[in-house]
Formats: sequence, structure tokens, C-alpha cells
Amino acid sequence: MNNAIRHTWVVSVVLFLSLFAALSLVQVVFADDLGSDDRNSRQFIADAGAPRGTITVDGSPIAESVASESSQYDYQRVYHDPELYSHLTGYFSVVQGGPSQSGIEGALNDYISGHSDSQFFDRFTALITGDTVMGAQVELTVDPELQRLAYDLIPDDQRGTIIVTDVNNGDVKAMMSKPSYDTNELAVHSGTEYQENMERLEDQSGLHVNYNVAVNRPIFPGSSFKLVTALAMLESGEYEIDTQLENPARLELPQSDRTLPNFVAGNCAQRSEAELNWIFAESCNTPFAEAAIELGGDSLLEAAEAYGWNEAMRIPVYVQSSRFPEVSSDAELAYASIGQASVTATPLQMNMAAAAIGNSGTLMKPQMVDTVRGSDLQILSNPEPEVLSEVMDESVADELNEMMISVVEEGTGWRADSGRFQVAAKTGTAERGTSPETYNSWITGFAPADDPEYAVTVVYEEVDFNVGPELTGPQMLTMLEAVIDE
Amino acid sequence: MRSKDLEGHPKPRRTIELLLLLIALTIGIGAQVLVGLNLEDTIDQRYWAVGGLQVILAVAFHIALRLKAKYADPFILPIVVTLNGLGIAMIHRLDFTNRYDGVAERQLMWTAISMVAAIALLVLLKDHRRLRQLTYISLALSVLLLFLPIVPGLGQDIQGAQVWIRIGGMSFQPGELAKITLGIFFAGFLANNRDLILLAGRKVGPLTFPRLQDLGPLFLAWLIALGVLIVQNDLGNALMFFGLFVAVIYVATSRISWVAIGVVFVAVGAVLAYQFVWHARNRFDIWLNAFDRDIYDQLYGSHQLVQGLFGLAHGGLTGTGLGSGSPQIVALANSDMIIVAFGEELGFLGLSAMLVLYLILFSRYMRAGLGTRDHFGKLLAVGLAMVLVLQVFVVVGGITRVIPMSGLVSPFLAAGGSALLANWLIVAIVLLISHAARRPIVVGPMLNTTGEGASGTEDPLRGRNTGEQHPVTGSQGSQMAPALKEGES
Repeated sequence: MNNAIRHTWVVSVVLFLSLFAALSLVQVVFADDLGSDDRNSRQFIADAGAPRGTITVDGSPIAESVASESSQYDYQRVYHDPELYSHLTGYFSVVQGGPSQSGIEGALNDYISGHSDSQFFDRFTALITGDTVMGAQVELTVDPELQRLAYDLIPDDQRGTIIVTDVNNGDVKAMMSKPSYDTNELAVHSGTEYQENMERLEDQSGLHVNYNVAVNRPIFPGSSFKLVTALAMLESGEYEIDTQLENPARLELPQSDRTLPNFVAGNCAQRSEAELNWIFAESCNTPFAEAAIELGGDSLLEAAEAYGWNEAMRIPVYVQSSRFPEVSSDAELAYASIGQASVTATPLQMNMAAAAIGNSGTLMKPQMVDTVRGSDLQILSNPEPEVLSEVMDESVADELNEMMISVVEEGTGWRADSGRFQVAAKTGTAERGTSPETYNSWITGFAPADDPEYAVTVVYEEVDFNVGPELTGPQMLTMLEAVIDE
Repeated sequence: MRSKDLEGHPKPRRTIELLLLLIALTIGIGAQVLVGLNLEDTIDQRYWAVGGLQVILAVAFHIALRLKAKYADPFILPIVVTLNGLGIAMIHRLDFTNRYDGVAERQLMWTAISMVAAIALLVLLKDHRRLRQLTYISLALSVLLLFLPIVPGLGQDIQGAQVWIRIGGMSFQPGELAKITLGIFFAGFLANNRDLILLAGRKVGPLTFPRLQDLGPLFLAWLIALGVLIVQNDLGNALMFFGLFVAVIYVATSRISWVAIGVVFVAVGAVLAYQFVWHARNRFDIWLNAFDRDIYDQLYGSHQLVQGLFGLAHGGLTGTGLGSGSPQIVALANSDMIIVAFGEELGFLGLSAMLVLYLILFSRYMRAGLGTRDHFGKLLAVGLAMVLVLQVFVVVGGITRVIPMSGLVSPFLAAGGSALLANWLIVAIVLLISHAARRPIVVGPMLNTTGEGASGTEDPLRGRNTGEQHPVTGSQGSQMAPALKEGES
């Protein structure tokens, strides 16, 4: 009997040896093959759960990774004041498998996740020491107080955007759009929770969680586009600031049965002929349409592209190109000259137009990032102010500056008039072609007019004709008075 | 090595057990504290309470052995305590994921229940040979336990296997206890009838084949296994019961022909199961084509197996460390697939060490069988050792694709009260057998013992009764007064 027991033991040991052999095959020999199978989510979970770098404004974090115990991911992305910064940061979702593409999270993902080339040595050291790779820390140019002010100004039931930039170096000091949302709701680790939150947010009218309205949504600029048309007129040499122009109430458009009416809200009807400065201040349409037909589509296109139209860029978030297309007819060109038809502009593009004029014709590239620092606080990237383009001569810029002052002091932009300093601006009211008609209400400008510091753009989309100007002008003034020192 | 001096006394070696227990508790509770350190900020008094309870239980078991079975094998208890503690640690670690919650507390509760039950069995039973009286009762009990889950209203279908019953809100797998009762039945039946089976037979070449009528019990065991498989969809237990029987009958008769016949029966059973049982065919397909996309994606497909292999591979040689892997990706990570969780977080080295523990434990079970003097004890020890080794082989082999996967749980590690209770009761029985194997025998003229087959003794040197000599009633078979103690190393 005992021999049989010993034999049984030997057979069992052989069974065990087969287990050791199989385990060593699975865990050692074929481990790499199994690890790289596309159905193996472990590497992804390690990446998605890794700590990401902090995003800060004025030194305090608005997005950071906090160790998490409640899920399979090691870290939870947490956003502070998410409603203020949701459009700037975007969100990082382990469910979606990465950052949303529109914000800093997506734009600087390489730095924030610690995988940029300049963090190679950090990764190498971490590999040896066994530490976790820490992502880089990103400091934004945004001023938290201005951002909060902009947030408080925009009514919750409106679709509004406020942008403040430094005309001298392009720094974005505030960039706020409503409706906003809580990025934490999309950073949840639970798939079902993410799905529920996403569906709820997507149902919210006017809210876009996957792009930032301020830089990604080109809309009709309306009369604010006259900054472009006026530039084309002045550059052509055929028009001066005091050139007398005919100002008919409506313009019969050539090769078309349409007519283009003058702006109804201003004082255009008072004069059938006026100098360019007055026409610009009152935002009359017909003289600009006539001049555009005179100058031709190419010269308007040239002026628009000098400001940055038809070109996308990264600041470092992706900025959608505003559109000024080849126009096929004079009728279309007439509408294009007043910012309708097929012309569109992002809020940032209109801000850049004002900033270029404010900075004596030199357009600085907008920039949202102040510094990127490695985990050891060493600076990895420190974007220098960069000239995007020389839009116009200083003399032309001065003339446009003067015309924009008139807009505020005598014309449609009177609501933005400040007692402290001179404000230069241009308003715009674009028809959106909806029924019943709603409007895009714009104001874009800068101050102080004699030594410009900041460009401010306020725009409301899908707003009532009378409500828009009540919001845009005063809010521009509030932002300017807040940002410009006494 | 101890001397085999007949006049000397085998040392009880309980002190070695206590030292090993100390190490075992350090490993088990240490692993639990490590989990806490990695996944929680502070180690609060909960950890001390949980650890304290385990120390108390282990020491209580140790004291019970000192009092009631002091010559019992000193390695078995420490190994089992180590495995049980590691199991609680991993279950606790998985409770930190969003898939599981509070399982570790339940496992600890079941550990306490199981250990207390095992101590009670040890103290009350006193001698394993008394189980021999229960041979046929065990058979009836086995059938009852195995088929309880298909009683309407009592049974529960979980994951396609009908092996659960629900009593008052608690789920229980009665089939786990059938491992013990079937072990007792096979051992008792074969100890009674081995002579008959041995004597008759036809010689064909080098093999002696049994008579057809002696094949009856084997056929019965085969039917039970098939019944378990078909009625309960439980491939793992079917394999285990049949393997148990073949091993025990081989040891009882020392005839390799039984194994040959057993293999034929398994083959026939496998073919029948593949033809007629969807569940079995499915497992077989998964085994062969685990990485096939269709099989991976289908319901009850290879997803669990493949994700388990990913988990093992992710662990690699040294593992990710406790709390740093993602074992919860694999379905049933804290029960059927807990081996994967260990493989991922402790690596090949850690998991191999645990398999070595199983191997040593199995060897100690077999050692008890070698050492004991009665046939029933030998067969029972071998049977229970096979229960252990087959469980481990079916689980780990299934996970590593050595054999088709089937739902058995790793002894002492996996979450689940029924299996834990059954395995601890087995520990108690084997400890008693090992005690019988090692306790001193003195050959003297005047002693022994009234009962047939009794191998008790008295120590004339000390002139007192050791309290271990009890007549055993109802034991049959040809027990001669053993002249020699079986060699032991």
C-alpha cells in the first residue's frame, strides 16, 4: 500500500511540475506578447490612472491629480472652480481614454502626462528608482480674479463669451464662456456615471463640452467685421478717415434682386452723405458695401488674412480658423463686408483684430500658457511673446484707433464709455438667419486708447436685438476698468 | 531527522509548530497590513482586531493539538494558516476596488467558524478510525449533499453551475462537504473490500484486471461524477470526485490496472460530456481557442480566462506588489480566479512559493497516510490529499490552460465559506491521522488492547496511561498488532 502511496505522490508532483512550467510560460516567457494584446487593458489603466501634472492660475491649482482608492485607477483628476475653467482646461476622462481635445489637458497632454521629450530623463530616473513619473505643471496666463469677474458678468441664461488679452504680448488674461459645466462630472472613473453625466450635459442647450466656444466656434461677426473692411479701405489709399461717402438708406445689389438696408438702430438715417469716421461710428452698412464692391473681394480677403482669418493656430489650444471665403458675386461681397453671408469669426479672432490695432498694427500671438515646469520645478517651456503678423502700418492703426474712439464717444459703443480713460471699440449686431430672428451681439476694443494695454471682446450669441448691446458694452467697460490700473 | 529508536519517544514537535505558526501569522497578517499601508492612509485598530482574532484562533488550534493530538504533524497547521491569511489579505485588497466590498470580513468570519469547527471535530472525534463506522452513512450523506442544490426552492443557479443552496439569506455549497463524506466512503468501502478485490482477477500480460462485478463501485463513482457534471454543470467537482476514487482504489489495491480502467472511464465520460453537455463542450472550446475573437466576445466565452492570463503576464517574475495591480479586471477575482490576483501582484516567484506550500501540505497529508497503521486511515489520508491536490491542479491548471477551466476554488485562499469549512475539517481529520501515525508504540507483552485493529499503547516507562488508548469498535479488517512503527522522516 505504501508503495502505491509513494507512486501517487510522484504522479501528483509531476502534475505540480506541469503547473510550474505553465506558469513560467505565461508569466515570464510569453508575458510580453500577452501584455501587448489589444484586449489587455492593464497598460491603459496604468497610464490613465497615473498622476498628471497640475494646471495652475496665479500659482493655485485648478486641475490636479489626487490619489484614488475607490477605483482601479490610481489617481483621480480633480478640478477646482470647474465652472470657471472648464472650457480652458477641458477634462481628463479615464472612461473616454484620455483628455478632451479642446482644452489645455489635451493640448499639453505630453507635458502633463510626463511623456514629452523634455521629460525623458525624469522618466528614465523613475524607471530606475521605481517612482511614479510626475507630469509637468502648467501655469496659465489667466488672471483668476478677471476670470471670476467675467464668470459673474455673464448671465446664466445667456450664451456669452468674454475675452481679455494683453495687446502688448498676447497673454490671455481671461477667457470665459457660458454655459459652462463641472468638469469633475466627466472625470469620474465609473463608466455608467460618465455616460449619464455626458448625456445630461449634451442635452443642455448651448453647451459644448468638447470645444471651447471662444476659440472653436466661428459665428457671424456682423458689423464688428467693419474693422476688416475699414482696414482694406484705408490701405487702398482711396479712402481717408474724413472721406465723404454716400449713405443711402438701402443699396440695390448688382446682379441680384436683394437690397441691403442700413443699420436700423443707429442714427444712419439722419445723413444721406457723411465722412467715413461718422459712418463707422454709427455703423452704417451701405457705404461699406459700396466701398467693398469698389475695392473687390481680393483686397478684403487680404485685409482679413492680415488679421489672421483663414488660418488655424495653437495657443497652445487649437484655435479654429475664422472664415473669409472667395466671394463669387458682388452681392455676396456686399454682405461679407458687413460680416454676414459666408463670413465668420471666432470671439478670439475679433479680439485679435482689436489687439492688432491697439498694438500699433503689430498683432501678437495670443498665448494661454505662462510656463511649463517639470516635477523638479525646472522650466521646460516658457513661451516668449511672439509677433503673429504685421497687420498694418502704425499710421493706419492710429486712424482706426481714432475711428474706434468715435464709436464709443459718439456712436453705437457709447455704453462702454469710461470716465477714467478713453476706450476704443467696435460694435456688431449680426443676423443669424433664424426665425424668429435672433442676433449675435458683439463689441471688441481696447483701452486706454492713447496707450493701449488690454483688448476686450464681449459677444452674445442668439440674443434679443435689444438685450445684446445692454450686455456687451457695459460688460466690456467693467472688464477694462477692472484690468487697467488706476 | 529524528532517530527511529524504538525505545525512544518520538518528539511531539509542537514547539516547532508554534514557531512556524509565528512565521505563518507574520506572513498572513503582514500581508494584510501591507495591503492597508498601500491602499489606506493609516492602519487603524481594525487591523489589530483582525490580526488579533487570527492569532487567537491559531493559538487555540495549537493548544487543542497539544492537548488532544500532540504527535500530529507540525507543518500542516502553519501552512494552512499562512494560506488562509494570504487569502484574507488578497480578498481585503480586492475590497478596495469598486467591484467588491466587505468580503474580507465575511471570509474572516468563515475562517473563525471553520477553525472552531475543525477544533471541535478534532476534540470530539479523538480518533479518525471512528469515521469508519460511518462508511455507508457517508455515502447516503454524499448523495444528499450533492443533490440538495437541485431541490426546487432550495437550489440556486450561479454562473451556470447549480451547486448552491440558499438557507436564510446565506448561500452554501453543500457539494464542498461531499468531498469529505465521499472520501470517508471510498476509504471505508475499500478498506473493507480490498481483500476481495485483490484476490480475484484475471491476468492480462503484466496487468491484473478485476472481475466485472468488482467494477461496480468504480462504475458507481463514475455515475456520481457524471451526474454531478450533467445535473449541476460542475466540471471541476466531477473531475475531482472521479480522480479521488481512482487514486484511492489504486492505493488500496496497488494495481495499475485500476488507473488504466479509470483513464478509460474518464475518456468515455469526456466524450459523452463533449457530445451532450453544452457547458462541458463550451469549456473545451474555450480551452483550445481562448484567443479566438469570436469565442472571446461570446457570452460565457473566454473573456475571463484571457483576462486572467493577461493578469498573470502583467505580474511577470516579481509581481506588481500588493495593491498595485488591476486584478479586479478578471471576473470572480476574489474566488475562482484569486490565483490570478496573486500571480499579478506577487508575481511568478510569489505564486510559485504558494504552490510549493500546497505541495508541502499535500506531501504532509500523504506522509500521514504513509505513517498510519490502519488501512482505513491510509486510504482516507490519501483520499483527502488527492482532494487537495486535485483542487489545486484543476484551478491552477485551468487558469494556465494546462486543462480546460472549471469552477473549483483554491483551497484556503478563495472567498467562500463552504469550501473553507470543508478544507479546515479535512485538516482536522488529517491531523488526527498524522497523530495516530506518529504517536509512540511500545511493544510490550501485557498491553494492547482489546479492540481489533487498535494500535493504541501505553508507556510502561512512565507507568501511566497516555489517554490515547481506546478500543475501537466496529473496525474490521485484518489489523495485526503492529510490531514496528512505520518509518518516518
